[in-house]
Amino acid sequence: MSKDSLITVENLYRYYGELCAVHDLSFEVRRGEVLGFLGPNGAGKSTTMRIIGGSLAPSGGRVLINGIDILDQPTLAKAELGYLPETPPLYRDLTVDEYLAYCARINRIARAQQRGAIDSAKERCGLTDVGRRLIANLSKGFQQRVGIAQAIIHSPAVVLLDEPTVGLDPIQIREIRTLIREVANEHSVVLSTHILPEVQSVCDRVQIINRGRLVLNETIGEMRAKLQAATTLLVALRTAPPITELESIHGVQSVESLEDGRLRVAYDIDHDPSDAIVEQAVANGWGLHELTPERMTLEQVFVDITCADTVLPHDSDANPNLGPNSNPNLNPAQAGEAA
Amino acid sequence: MICAIAGRELRSLFLSPLAWSILAVVQLIFAYMFLAQIDLFIQVQPRLPMLPGAPGMTEIIAVPLLGNASMVLLLVVPLITMRLISDERRNQTLSLLFAAPISMTSIVVGKYLGVMTFLLLMLLMILMMPLALLLGGTLDFGMLAAASLGLLLLLASFAALGLFMSSLTAQPTIAAVSTFGVLLLLWILDWAGNNAGSGSASGAGQGNDVLAYLSILRHYEALLKGVFNSADLIYYLLFIVMFLVLTVRRLDAERTQH
Repeated sequence: MSKDSLITVENLYRYYGELCAVHDLSFEVRRGEVLGFLGPNGAGKSTTMRIIGGSLAPSGGRVLINGIDILDQPTLAKAELGYLPETPPLYRDLTVDEYLAYCARINRIARAQQRGAIDSAKERCGLTDVGRRLIANLSKGFQQRVGIAQAIIHSPAVVLLDEPTVGLDPIQIREIRTLIREVANEHSVVLSTHILPEVQSVCDRVQIINRGRLVLNETIGEMRAKLQAATTLLVALRTAPPITELESIHGVQSVESLEDGRLRVAYDIDHDPSDAIVEQAVANGWGLHELTPERMTLEQVFVDITCADTVLPHDSDANPNLGPNSNPNLNPAQAGEAA
Repeated sequence: MICAIAGRELRSLFLSPLAWSILAVVQLIFAYMFLAQIDLFIQVQPRLPMLPGAPGMTEIIAVPLLGNASMVLLLVVPLITMRLISDERRNQTLSLLFAAPISMTSIVVGKYLGVMTFLLLMLLMILMMPLALLLGGTLDFGMLAAASLGLLLLLASFAALGLFMSSLTAQPTIAAVSTFGVLLLLWILDWAGNNAGSGSASGAGQGNDVLAYLSILRHYEALLKGVFNSADLIYYLLFIVMFLVLTVRRLDAERTQH
């Protein structure tokens, strides 16, 4: 465990009866980091968040917040934690001001500082104008903001946000993302979501969880580098030569004809055949009108990893991440490596 | 911390029409009972001076009123306590409390004190009626105090059980029904004891004595008669503490290792 790690999760398990929702999960969240916790529905994201948030008991393993075990010393550990569950925990019969005042009190903010804490939380979440309104009468977007305000009111070192943009309209989603980015300036954030652009736009590090196991753990930078490293080209030719002719070009490994008439050219990473293809196309009059390197999107990575896993029988102990469809470029991190 | 939770609990009770309507209905019923007892007192009043050791105004009006109150409140308290935890669980607001740096005991005690403040208010409103008799006469304050203490302890026990039942479920109605069921059972445990008292077999009689002793009513009746026995007090305190501890343990089971 490094000194700077705010959340340390060690070998976490959680069973719901026979169903194993979280399987041997280990990871860390460092100070000042925004961690994207990604996974399909039912992957165990919310279960993990609830365990870290202290509202669900793990079946095995430990959770340390700022080095304090959440089960041994819950009150100490939770002082450094702000948590927005999937359903924001709002008392609908209170006004925003009353609700935040209550949150300030149960989070043990000193009486003299409560006023300031409430005002600053309201300002940061854009709630200044709705302080006197009933929470029940606010729009979903504003309710979500109140939920975030509740999570940051006591300036915790780390904020857990469980799917904060679900059910919002695109404009609200943008606003909430901006808000999350602002929150991230002062706190570490763990953001659970199944929306991929959210991770790409907000997070420093990505973790993909599937069927309760951690299948990928990388920084956004590493991720980007991988996504950039394309090994296929999309080529569109008006008068295409026989495929064998293309395959004879230096560096080309295989050529696949797509349904829309374009060709997908897979090549050796050390020998980019783009130049050769262009030269040949001009020389032979193939009528080249499109040549695009195929970039992988996070979505593809996500789908590859999560679908590859479902192809295999899930009880096998073999590496479940390298299914037949998964891209060899990926090097999925095993749960153990993350720690 | 405890005060914050108690305050919010009390506030949310009064924000819902339920608390107001319960207070209104209960007050109406007690007013009717009170007037009926006054009526009775006026009827028997001319004959009272002739009896040696005749019962006074407190015994004829106040004590029966408080005795009947226990029965009415048996029906009412489950309706007040049902929402305490089950509603938070259903609305998923419980995680707000769980994620806050407060102990489970503070949460439970806070909620309990919140609902007890409400019940105390209700008790005061009931007591105002016998106290109004001071306008035209005197009362046996010792007896009234014992009876009020009895009713307070009884309400506190009802609330503790209600809180526990509310922690078991996510449905307020289930909490209310089961609280009512258990309270009624504890109440009528006494019947079996009474019937066997006139019976024969001593072994069965002893078993029934235990049951009768457990009855929540038996201890209240002693206090109603103005008999203050510390055993009764301890019975109620044990009852309250037991159900509060059970509630804490029930909630803790959700977030600790098992």
